[in-house]
Amino acid sequence: MKKEIIKIQDLKREFTMGDETVHALKGISFTIHEGEFVTIMGSSGSGKSTMLNILGCLDQPSSGTYEIDGVLVKKLSRNELAKIRNEKIGFIFQAYNLLPRTTSIENAELPLIYNNKVSTEERHKRAVDALNLVGLGQRLDHTPAQLSGGQQQRVAIARSLVNDPVVILADEATGNLDTRTSYEIMALFQELNHKGKTIVFVTHEPDIAEFSSRTIILKDGAIIKDEFNNDVQDAAAALAALPKED
Amino acid sequence: MRILNLLKTAWKAILLNKVRTLLTMLGIIIGVASVIAMLAIGEGSKQSIRTQISSMGSNMINIRPGADMRGGVRLDASEMQSLKLEDYNALKTEASLITNVSPQVSGSGQVIYGANNWPTSIYGVSPSYIEIKKLDIVNGSMFTQSEVNSFAKVAVIGQTIVENLFPNEDPVGKMIRFDNTPFKIIGVLGEKGENTFGQDQDDIILAPYTAVQKRILAIDYLQSIVASAVSEEKADAAVEQVSEILRKQHNITAHDSDDFNVFSMEELISMFSSTNEMLTVLLVAIASISLLIGGIGIMNIMYVSVKERTREIGLRMAVGGMGRDILLQFLIEAILISITGGLLGVLLGLASTVFIENVLNWPTSVTSYSIIVSFAVCAVTGIFFGWYPARKAAALDPINALRYE
Repeated sequence: MKKEIIKIQDLKREFTMGDETVHALKGISFTIHEGEFVTIMGSSGSGKSTMLNILGCLDQPSSGTYEIDGVLVKKLSRNELAKIRNEKIGFIFQAYNLLPRTTSIENAELPLIYNNKVSTEERHKRAVDALNLVGLGQRLDHTPAQLSGGQQQRVAIARSLVNDPVVILADEATGNLDTRTSYEIMALFQELNHKGKTIVFVTHEPDIAEFSSRTIILKDGAIIKDEFNNDVQDAAAALAALPKED
Repeated sequence: MRILNLLKTAWKAILLNKVRTLLTMLGIIIGVASVIAMLAIGEGSKQSIRTQISSMGSNMINIRPGADMRGGVRLDASEMQSLKLEDYNALKTEASLITNVSPQVSGSGQVIYGANNWPTSIYGVSPSYIEIKKLDIVNGSMFTQSEVNSFAKVAVIGQTIVENLFPNEDPVGKMIRFDNTPFKIIGVLGEKGENTFGQDQDDIILAPYTAVQKRILAIDYLQSIVASAVSEEKADAAVEQVSEILRKQHNITAHDSDDFNVFSMEELISMFSSTNEMLTVLLVAIASISLLIGGIGIMNIMYVSVKERTREIGLRMAVGGMGRDILLQFLIEAILISITGGLLGVLLGLASTVFIENVLNWPTSVTSYSIIVSFAVCAVTGIFFGWYPARKAAALDPINALRYE
């Protein structure tokens, strides 16, 4: 049996809005093992953002338990949560969220700035390595304005890799990209997954889900489908099959 | 997050908004520059008063008749006749801490020579007066003690009198008339210029006090006594000793108030400095207000900066930045702005001091404490006004900050 990276049990999250209590998550349980590539799908309002915030240790559940890499995330302080995010999680956002007018290297090394155990030299080296891995070895000193959307997302992926996280959380990571670039990014995610990275990918595009090994579908705060994909599509092949551009 | 990274991040943020940061700094720059310039002007005029008063004789001691009551009525100092010739003699023989002592009586009137006349003052003094006042004789000589004893009508005149009465003549040996009393000129004083209070120190006639008392003023008391202490350091002790002797002379017991006043030059300096200091305080207060406004400018721009970079803050928090890291980042940015502004302000302050000194010809003196204090105030301003925006940034919820548009 592979290591349990994410383990949630009967997870509930409620928000109070005025007099009303909104049940965003109504008792969810699942376990993600090391090396899995999971897509979480659902329409807006299904609770997938709330789910992702909790998985990313940006938010705490109202009840139920959440364990990440064996650490029980419950009643942790803001600073302890920050430490877990820093050491165990790699974030990728729909809007890339790179620092403007800042080079790829400086963007990629950002998480390590908040880790005192990593020296300046080590930080620099790891940022360069990560950028090489995502295929941006030639654009180390470019600022986001000098990069295409796909390249910016690659910088963001490099940033999520530098701290060697136990899980990469991607929030609609291809949402702002065209089909071709989306497939390129998915090919990169598959490559990272083959190297052993655990990936949780939130999306609402069904074709993206075909590239993952498991899909969890949420509706109204509950899981309506959780199944393994026996027919994982190869993103690189899908990319090659796309009609050639002029 | 290490301090070096913090500094680098803050410095980068500043460089990304050069114009905005410079405009924000302007308040601090002007504030610090004006504090330094104002203090330099204040200190400069204080020192110039000091040197000018010292040039009148830094170890000089002035004795005047003082607060006196006659039947419950306070008398004006000039009407008082409490200083007598005996007091002068007593000081001359008994006071060991003073070297020279001279009585002083004066009157003003018209001095006439031939067709020329001039309004001036005549001072009745003893020969040691020129030692006390640090005067020198450039032509002829000072009168002697025997001339004083014989009520001789001889005079030594200052340069202003020479210019007005003897434009083309050597005054020594000539006869002038002061209020119809003839005086023979036996000496001419060297030029002394104006004193701190704009008074012409060359518009003066010196004559034996005996003659002035009897022929001009018709009095037998002394208006004041001047003396010089053996040294500047002993001036205070000399003041004490003089008071002691005069109290004995005037039979004043420990419970009665003195009927005379003794000043050393040091006291005179501090008297005039205190008005000057008040002015300095006022100037510095005005300058401090601009420093305060500069600080508010920093707070304003830091709020804008936090708002503008909400998503950056969210991201930094998401990748592991703690509240403390975010707080420090913005606080250091604010401090860096204010300290850089302070540094530029110090330079501008020094430059304007040089300008004031050389172009406006005002005496200035930059004190190191004014630089240190205004610089420290800057750092404190940065911390004080940077704190709230930084706290606001640190308290942001990462989820909302990440989605902020």
